[in-house]
Amino acid sequence: MLAARIAAEPPRRRAALPGAALAGLVLAALACLPLAAEAAGLPFLVVTATRMMIFGLAALSLDLILGYGAMVSFGHAAFIGLGAYAVGILDAHGVRDLAIQAPVAAGVCALFALVTGAISLRTRGVYFIMITLAFGQMAYFFMVSLAAYGGDDGLPLSGRSTLFGMRLVEGDPALFYLVLAVLAVALLALRRVVASRFGRVLRGSRDNAVRMQAIGFSPLPYRLTAYVIAGAIAGLAGVLLANQAEFVSPAYMSWQRSGELIVMVVLGGMGTLVGPVAGAAALIALEEVLAHYSDHWRLGLGLMLVAVVLLSRGGLAGLAARLAGRRA
Amino acid sequence: MLNLFLIQALNGVQLGILLFLVAAGLTLIFGVMDLINLAHGALYMIGAYLAATLTAATGSFLLGLVLALPATLAFGLALEFLVVRHLYGRDHLDQVLATFGLILILNEGVRIVWGAAPMSVPVPDALSGSVRLVGTLHYPLYRVAIIAAGLATGLGLHLLVNHTRLGMRLRAGASNGPMVAALGVDIRRLFLVVFGLGAMLAGFAGAMVAPILSVDPGMGDSVLILTFVVIVIGGVGSVRGAFVAGLLVGLADQLGRTFGPILLRSVMDASAASQTGRTLAPMLIYILMAMVLFFRPSGLFPARGSR
Repeated sequence: MLAARIAAEPPRRRAALPGAALAGLVLAALACLPLAAEAAGLPFLVVTATRMMIFGLAALSLDLILGYGAMVSFGHAAFIGLGAYAVGILDAHGVRDLAIQAPVAAGVCALFALVTGAISLRTRGVYFIMITLAFGQMAYFFMVSLAAYGGDDGLPLSGRSTLFGMRLVEGDPALFYLVLAVLAVALLALRRVVASRFGRVLRGSRDNAVRMQAIGFSPLPYRLTAYVIAGAIAGLAGVLLANQAEFVSPAYMSWQRSGELIVMVVLGGMGTLVGPVAGAAALIALEEVLAHYSDHWRLGLGLMLVAVVLLSRGGLAGLAARLAGRRA
Repeated sequence: MLNLFLIQALNGVQLGILLFLVAAGLTLIFGVMDLINLAHGALYMIGAYLAATLTAATGSFLLGLVLALPATLAFGLALEFLVVRHLYGRDHLDQVLATFGLILILNEGVRIVWGAAPMSVPVPDALSGSVRLVGTLHYPLYRVAIIAAGLATGLGLHLLVNHTRLGMRLRAGASNGPMVAALGVDIRRLFLVVFGLGAMLAGFAGAMVAPILSVDPGMGDSVLILTFVVIVIGGVGSVRGAFVAGLLVGLADQLGRTFGPILLRSVMDASAASQTGRTLAPMLIYILMAMVLFFRPSGLFPARGSR
């Protein structure tokens, strides 16, 4: 069986190991951050770093479909919003434990991804971009008009979630460690996923779908599975975001957020998993810095985006490749 | 009930016509240049702002509208020359990022130049009355004028696309761009014309709604998404598809908002029906889109036969 042999071919690990060591180093450094911030008298750093990691988690999940599957989803923020609303709505009904909230959020997002993915993945290219955008807006308007749960104004939480009945994430440092742990687990799990047979079929379909079909793989189930996994992980990011802000709002799922997630993934480096997390951190840091200087910081971000695309030969992928080449 | 239906149907047609004006240019840009232009909604916004400013400066809405059209065209051509031109043939992802950046720049630029507060444009005196439809039913004259102007533009566009040499090139470009270039058509000039035409149509739509909607920095974004829905339903590259889908989306949206709750009342109690109806109505057009795509993945009137 040719198909089985190709799928069983061991993954190349050449570039993987230094990346893993670096990621481990960064995670270890991050683990010390709350203590350092406390000592330096800059407690807001913990909050900012938590936001960075939450969006890093969301960008990581988008990378699975965008970087490894070449599916340009412009509605990924919808999953963050749905995850956040799962927390908000359960909270409004007195269910405050993460042990229930997180699986419900992931389940709701997986279901939404399954239904919308099954329709969206019938199309390719420009159509796929516009359809995911439209589904994202559909979820957005649903929440805006859901007057029973705050509608346009959003929904404040009664407090942070409990974990197995204990108030473990009351303080910002505790939440920071929870987010760090979730991010680390997701990063490791997705590394396994993309290196597995499933991941290789996904990448094969990205590079040449016709050839994959010729050797006996139908890309659709693989793409749909990846879409569902990515949706569920983004939903978890939403659970964490709701807890961090203690507030849930339709603004979490606006299409500009989806655009920013794509920017995070592409600037960080598509198909690298660690890159999008770094991209998320960089974009949020940039927002914080630019917003400090001017109310019109979006202008700066826009100019930067246009300049990066126009000035780099072969687009951002080319720029990333050249930077990677210089580093090696 | 019949009166309400007529009013809402007319509102739906009016919304549909506006969506068609924005979508017609964008669907050609997608179809001919294979360019995903997120900044198209921003051109609609620019058209509205220019019309508002020029109306205030000249004291006449008609003069403001007539001057706003070449101004938006010039803006669109400048945008094509500076940025968009370099995106042809690029990866879709690059186009998404660059035009997303353009939206941020233009929205923020408008906020800097005109401020964040919404601007309002008075309805011109000559069109401020209302017309009698049937019996005691009246409909604002200005909205009738929008429908008429949109239909006239649509007819002009139909003649342009189907009965002129330029239109022939447009259709050829939408069905097979490289072949058109190979046959000796100056494809760069064709692209410039298409983008300018699209910008002017979007600007026209923005200028026309300025008196009935508030002109604010985010106005382009909501229209952009609706336009995408229209293009996806109609089929990328098809002006005819954009017209049919525009009316379909406009009618579904307006009638759904009013009659959704009324229809639901027959299966559930009144308060639940109005709540469910209000929640479902904004989703209706997306459900419509999903249904169309489920049966016809490349829209109702796909321009490219072999895909």
